[in-house]
Amino acid sequence: MERLTAPDCVEKASEEASELTALQVSEEIRLDFENIAFGLYSPLAGPLNQDDYLTVLAKGRLVDDLPWTIPILLDLTEAEASGFGVGDRVALACEGESFAVLDVEEEYGWDRKLHCERVYKTSDPAHPGVAKTHEMRPVLVGGCVEVFNPSPGKYPKYRLKPRETRFLFREKGWRTVAGFQTRNAPHLGHEYVQKTALSFVDGLFINPLIGKKKSGDFTDEVILETYEAAFKHYFLRNSATMVTLEMEMRYAGPREAIHHAIVRKNYGCSHFIVGRDHAGVGNYYGPFEAQEIFEDYPDLGITPIFFRNFFHCKRCGGPQNDKICPHGAEDHVNYSGTKMRSLLLEGKRPDETMMRPEVVDVILRHKEPFNP
Amino acid sequence: MGEDKVAVMIPRELYEKIVEKIAGTSFTSVEEYLVLLLENEFPEETEYSAEEEALIRERLKKLGYIE
Repeated sequence: MERLTAPDCVEKASEEASELTALQVSEEIRLDFENIAFGLYSPLAGPLNQDDYLTVLAKGRLVDDLPWTIPILLDLTEAEASGFGVGDRVALACEGESFAVLDVEEEYGWDRKLHCERVYKTSDPAHPGVAKTHEMRPVLVGGCVEVFNPSPGKYPKYRLKPRETRFLFREKGWRTVAGFQTRNAPHLGHEYVQKTALSFVDGLFINPLIGKKKSGDFTDEVILETYEAAFKHYFLRNSATMVTLEMEMRYAGPREAIHHAIVRKNYGCSHFIVGRDHAGVGNYYGPFEAQEIFEDYPDLGITPIFFRNFFHCKRCGGPQNDKICPHGAEDHVNYSGTKMRSLLLEGKRPDETMMRPEVVDVILRHKEPFNP
Repeated sequence: MGEDKVAVMIPRELYEKIVEKIAGTSFTSVEEYLVLLLENEFPEETEYSAEEEALIRERLKKLGYIE
């Protein structure tokens, strides 16, 4: 379901918006609303109303029982919310640029502690999602959004809407597609997981998450360029493609894994790869909690592919996982992102059993390959 | 039963296994569960008008996704 203004109505929508009360929103909220408009967050039509919000917190589902785990919200100050009422139409702007209209259906208060405990399973302020929640404003507004002026995106070349990716998969003849979420330059462990999935689906959909990330993460440019290098040198032509997803990481572990799966389903993927500690941070979630939660969502409409621990086995002579390798820990070398980062920071090359030389070349070409 | 639905018979033993499987889940009936399984097997194709197809194809070509 798209919530984009038809091209021939954009001018009129823009004129109408200029006469409405305008609310300034953050870049993250703009991205969320654009994702609603593109159909990435289908079936959402706008920021959650109270009943849906409370049901999402309680059950990880919308009122109509459809799976939904991450609340998509519009938070305002009391002063902002007092400028309009239920039934009004308001304009939404980001950095002074008007981009959408919102038909206001509800204004309501909320409980930050409950929110954190349900979404993040912790109220520890050291958790980045909890910290962010405490910065949010006291009034939530629910309603239906329509975007008439979507931003081109940080990397327009890689930003496709679900209707476009579905068309692309059809054109490529891919009946089954595995989605792979990433925030990293690929190492051989990633490639092993992707190719294992590719051996039983038609296509691989690499979907790097573009947006605010942790300090020390690879920059977006490095992620895109390293995947292009990996595709060129190590993947069959027409077996993989890459599209960016502009969305904030919440680090909500299991709940976010379900959210990520829903988004990939909306892109048209039939499968979604879920690794160890997907969307986790620190020690807030068990290593396989983000896989176990899928048992509660048999009606998700996308098939998860789970990977547990994978490593380089010196005796097998290549990437392996703990389900298939008979050798002991003394023969295993973990694909440690931290270790590879430390080497790269010193301008050194990780071993070729860890990272492809062409990928390393790309990283080392960048003066600052990591987020400050 | 409406004209847009048909009845299908399944073995009772299988039916009872499904009842057991969906107990405590969000499924309210065996029918709902089976419809979902079958919908996953036969997903709805996204439909495009000829004009939209041409626009998307042109954009994907321009971006290098298809030739």
